[in-house]
Amino acid sequence: MLLYFVFVLGIGFALKRYMKTSKDFFQAGRSLPAWICGLAFISANLGAQEVIGMGASGAKYGIATSHFYWIGAIPAMIFVGVFMMPFYYGSKARSVPEFLRLRFDEKTRAYNACSFAVMTVFSSGISMYAMARLIQTLHVFDSLFIRFHMPVEWIFHFAIIISAVIVLGYIFLGGLTSAIYNEVLQFFLIVAGFLPLVWVGLKNVGGWSGLKAALPVAYTHSWNGMTNPHNNPLGVEWFGLSMGLGFVLSFGYWCTDFLVIQTAMASDSEESARRVPLIAAIPKMFFPFLVILPGLIAIATPAITEHPVPGAMHASASSGAAQDLAPMGKGLIPVKVDPVSGKIMRDQKGQPLLDYDLAIPNMLLFYFPTGILGLGLTALLASFMSGMAGNVTAFNTVWTYDLYQSYIHKNASDAHYLKVGRWTTVCGILLSIATAYVAVGFNNIMDTLQLVFSFVNAPLFATFLLGMFWKRTTGHAAFTGLVSGTVAAILHHGLTLPMDAHPGIHGGWIAVIHRYPSEMAQNFWTAIWAFSANFIITVIISLLTGPRPENELVGLVYSLTPKPVEHHMEWYERPKVIAVGLIALLIALNLIFK
Amino acid sequence: MNLDLRIPMGLMFTIVGAMMSVYGFFTRGSAIYERSAGMNINLIWGLVMLVFGITMFALGRKADKHPPAKPVRGTDRPHGH
Repeated sequence: MLLYFVFVLGIGFALKRYMKTSKDFFQAGRSLPAWICGLAFISANLGAQEVIGMGASGAKYGIATSHFYWIGAIPAMIFVGVFMMPFYYGSKARSVPEFLRLRFDEKTRAYNACSFAVMTVFSSGISMYAMARLIQTLHVFDSLFIRFHMPVEWIFHFAIIISAVIVLGYIFLGGLTSAIYNEVLQFFLIVAGFLPLVWVGLKNVGGWSGLKAALPVAYTHSWNGMTNPHNNPLGVEWFGLSMGLGFVLSFGYWCTDFLVIQTAMASDSEESARRVPLIAAIPKMFFPFLVILPGLIAIATPAITEHPVPGAMHASASSGAAQDLAPMGKGLIPVKVDPVSGKIMRDQKGQPLLDYDLAIPNMLLFYFPTGILGLGLTALLASFMSGMAGNVTAFNTVWTYDLYQSYIHKNASDAHYLKVGRWTTVCGILLSIATAYVAVGFNNIMDTLQLVFSFVNAPLFATFLLGMFWKRTTGHAAFTGLVSGTVAAILHHGLTLPMDAHPGIHGGWIAVIHRYPSEMAQNFWTAIWAFSANFIITVIISLLTGPRPENELVGLVYSLTPKPVEHHMEWYERPKVIAVGLIALLIALNLIFK
Repeated sequence: MNLDLRIPMGLMFTIVGAMMSVYGFFTRGSAIYERSAGMNINLIWGLVMLVFGITMFALGRKADKHPPAKPVRGTDRPHGH
């Protein structure tokens, strides 16, 4: 693990020499090969919400979680590669908000830049929180703390600070290049750490058929019961799923979120940039086996008490309570304990809440002997850092270019912006630390993130869609549409409530007029409402206001931009051919696991 | 960019892989492998990582020795693309 940290910071130092201009720092000099950007593209998203959240959802909802990949990512990734990347890369915009300024106007950009900055800080804070919780729960530093006579309760705070310092270190030194290189490194580490876990785990429960036998039908069939929201673990019917997740949320995320787009924009040519999301889609398609399966296996594995685990024993030695809690859990999933007070958390019926977030960490402890366990834990920590790093670089680019350079300090020297970028990294991380402490109140990190996305991102995609494909769309319309989309999202969240939840942070804080079977369903519908509101309002206002002259929109709108030439590429290099191949593979996977 | 990522990455995987295989080799038949379904996962996976690391390192070195063609004047594309 130490070795990994050394390498991570080493890359930062090695790259420091190349960071001479702000372009090098924020855009990696636009010079990276497609495969590196492709892997970084998924790795940027492979933060806490992926590894822990997906494992958690796998344990909570079953294989249906793979919809987050197969419906909730691949189609959007194909779309961004084939249709949208030429505009992002070709328009010479340095960030997504800057593209909005070129296409629309200043206020649309300012709005997007601000909301995006808030969101990245949130996400990175949640990553950090998850990481600290994990370090605390796995007792990585316990012996160290006891030796130095420090209270064990400080581990949570200590972990937050140490993770912040490492990420800060390599971004401060090497900027986006460093972040991207580390993301690729983390990608391989995660694969290396989790592949053997799935292998050993599956072997233990008797292979795929053994897993199927041990779990209810809905857990191993992703489309089972999708006609009725009450019949499947997600609590969503097929329409909400494909519209909410498959269209609004996923396209909003993969096509407009600068966090992932930045990696594609760092590639060396427009052709590479278009290929980046498509390259990324291939491993992405198989990630469910890496991160969701462990969650399923964790549920299927016989309970903790029957097979003593060193981790659990360790826990009982230090807290004395873990052994008593185990029988209340399910499989390898323990009950949820409040990290601050140390008490068991219960829902309103008094049933203990299960801590699904621990599905993957406990799997590691259960199946891995000493040696490879270190690798597994490092992989897990690597995943947190890659998620955090992507957010931090996106934050400092957007802050420096779109807020600082545009509104606070114009026309300064390039060296000045480079310096600002470095110090923004520091501020961003400090803010993330603050957010990390807010994240303590939620049951499932995945749901939290979806909630944030649906407020900010869901309406966004309607704006891009109309902006890129309908030349009539105007700046005023885009701005009004965005604001009303977000308002619609907030209203919808305030008026509805998932089953079994108190009004408050889960929704229903205005009045409860509708109840959804699950929080997930509520999130998807919030997204659908936000998207529709934005779409309709933008169209109406566009028709009422005067459009921009067409010659200003060349390179920004589909119908006015020359189509990218693909003839000189080999047939297997053409984005559209790759796209068709990916779709075929996707359908095959869905049929196998229906 | 002058730093080929495959070199540090290959190096890291080679070292970790080697460490794990050696550890796995000396703990053959130990009770710790009951957990991983009886497989000596350290040895097996260590070797896999070792091979991966060496391949990556070799590829990176090879590319280093034959630097890519200089871009054609006036375009941003290298020769042959």
